[in-house]
Amino acid sequence: MSAPEGRAALADRYPRIIKPHDPSAVPANMPDYAAARRTFSWEGARGLLDGLPGGRGLNIAHEAVDRHVPGPRADRDAIRWLGRSGERRAFTYRDLKAATNRFANALSGLGVQAGDSVFVLSGRIPELIIALLGALKAKCVVSPLFSAFGPEPLATRLTIGEGRVLVTTASLYRRKIAPLRGSLPKLEHVIVVPEAGEAPAAGTLDWRRLVDGQSPDFTIPPTDPEDRALLHFTSGTTGRPKGAIHVHEAVVTHTVTGRCALDLHDADVFWCTADPGWVTGTSYGIIAPLTNGVTSVVAEAEFDAATWYGILQNERVSVWYTAPTAIRMMMKLGAEAVRGYDLSALRFMASVGEPLNPEAVVWGQQAFGRPFHDNWWQTETGGIMIANFASMDVKPGSMGKPLPGIEAAIVQRDPGGSFMIVDDPMVEGELALKAGWPSMMRGYLHEEERYRKCFAGPWYLTGDLAMRDSEGYYWFVGRADDVIKTSGHLIGPFEVESALLEHSAVAEAGVIGKPDPMAGEIVKAFVALKPGFAPSEALRRDLLGHARKRLGAVVAPKEIDFAATLPRTRSGKIMRRLLKARELGLPEGDLSTLESDLR
Amino acid sequence: MNDAQARSLVLDVLSAIAPEADLAALNGAAELRDELDLDSMDFLNFVAALHKRTGQNIPEADYPRLATLDGAIAYLAR
Repeated sequence: MSAPEGRAALADRYPRIIKPHDPSAVPANMPDYAAARRTFSWEGARGLLDGLPGGRGLNIAHEAVDRHVPGPRADRDAIRWLGRSGERRAFTYRDLKAATNRFANALSGLGVQAGDSVFVLSGRIPELIIALLGALKAKCVVSPLFSAFGPEPLATRLTIGEGRVLVTTASLYRRKIAPLRGSLPKLEHVIVVPEAGEAPAAGTLDWRRLVDGQSPDFTIPPTDPEDRALLHFTSGTTGRPKGAIHVHEAVVTHTVTGRCALDLHDADVFWCTADPGWVTGTSYGIIAPLTNGVTSVVAEAEFDAATWYGILQNERVSVWYTAPTAIRMMMKLGAEAVRGYDLSALRFMASVGEPLNPEAVVWGQQAFGRPFHDNWWQTETGGIMIANFASMDVKPGSMGKPLPGIEAAIVQRDPGGSFMIVDDPMVEGELALKAGWPSMMRGYLHEEERYRKCFAGPWYLTGDLAMRDSEGYYWFVGRADDVIKTSGHLIGPFEVESALLEHSAVAEAGVIGKPDPMAGEIVKAFVALKPGFAPSEALRRDLLGHARKRLGAVVAPKEIDFAATLPRTRSGKIMRRLLKARELGLPEGDLSTLESDLR
Repeated sequence: MNDAQARSLVLDVLSAIAPEADLAALNGAAELRDELDLDSMDFLNFVAALHKRTGQNIPEADYPRLATLDGAIAYLAR
């Protein structure tokens, strides 16, 4: 099979960015990719970690915090928190050890057991990090929730994950959790970080009263590397969100990818801008910088270009991990806006969340004098799998090459279930990874069947379509399913459709991702109304308000269109692919299974 | 544009983006993103709609001045 001409040309549309040889520059942790692939072993990578003292196993929080404290890093800032209104709080590794121990003791005092689920729901505040690491010390399973979720996505996740403890803030509790409390019988303890102007709520525990008086000493119990540590929810095309289970051994991937994909060096100041409600904000906003012993900047404020450039300058950030939507917003503002800031400390810039368009990679060169290094991974993989590494030339638009220790392939499946590996360059297929790395999910909670479906023999099937060029660089093409990627977040269309169907006027709903220059895709809904209802602007607003109240801003549709009926297959499934083709004015493909029609 | 006109315009734009919100109870000094649960795309749409409705050019550097209801009214009514 040969590559279509347009695809082959894609790889050469933008000139490659050649890394200059600069003897005065900080040498990359992985200077020679080919050599690293030959010599890498996961056993060797495990050697980057200490393990619990006395051979009692492997615990993420020990590797992130406690192991640095007897050593020279004890009084280095682990976390530098920058509040929205200009406040600053710094926690050295020593401080962080005491704070996380206090939280672990608080959980024990409540009778919380190893294996219990602790959910966290907040913006970027220090207590979130302390709670997550403290709960890992107590061997709880931690599940981060996104603070922009509405009540429905929150209730679904808390229910599936059987949350026993929730850590949140006073305002989030009042707005999002209090109304749900009665429907969450398993949720015993809600620990609330107080906020100015918010009264203590009945049925909650005040963080300060519960945690501050606890002992700063705690001994992490023996932890098997296969013990569950993190539960990250992700969305599929159909059905409920899936809880991907990760174990303590994942810390091996977090640490080694921090070193080779983010090129973290001992004295670095690292800033990951991701929200802790998603997997990047946990794996790289919290764990990887700490296990590598660097200083991690945590900024509470939402994106604002001037604020961000100020942080890069004032904190002397050397490694910066951000996302395409933010980069595209900075591009809009122009490279001139970067001038005047002293960004001389900045050495390495990386991006994740959705494919970074080549223009944005090149813009990095113009604005910052260095390219953004796109990388690829997903909730299920637990850590970076494919990356543009510091020592490698960047091909703008490509996600890079597989991590040493990761075997990737492009595969094609046919509906009969047979499966072949595609070796030809620039031929589209599904991106697959040979299973067996430490941060691979160990299952979807209570969803064995859906987990099993992710594999073909030894291969984990990612659901992403990609191509590989003749040099081994991978190129993202799209999703193999109907899952929507908006501003780096995965949204399951089913979750949105279900919420719309709860509205009394809606007979049918179909939800797609509509391409958008800023967000990658936006959530767009098509609805058919029940008899007796007519399309109107007032009804459109009512539907939008309904969806936003239930789902929150990030999950709710940004556009709603009315349709007479929605196209369905003969088996009754809404054909989202066809809705999308029509939205984009594309050929509609095989319509032989089509039942009804919009036109 | 005077203050009252600016207020009415801003509230009208917000009611299209977050129709579920009780805009009469909106705290003018609080961040719109928090008060109305706006994400970054909502905020961009808010700015784009203000530009479209007023014809006024709103450079990105001015976005922080639109972060609150009072800020947005003051900005448009200048």
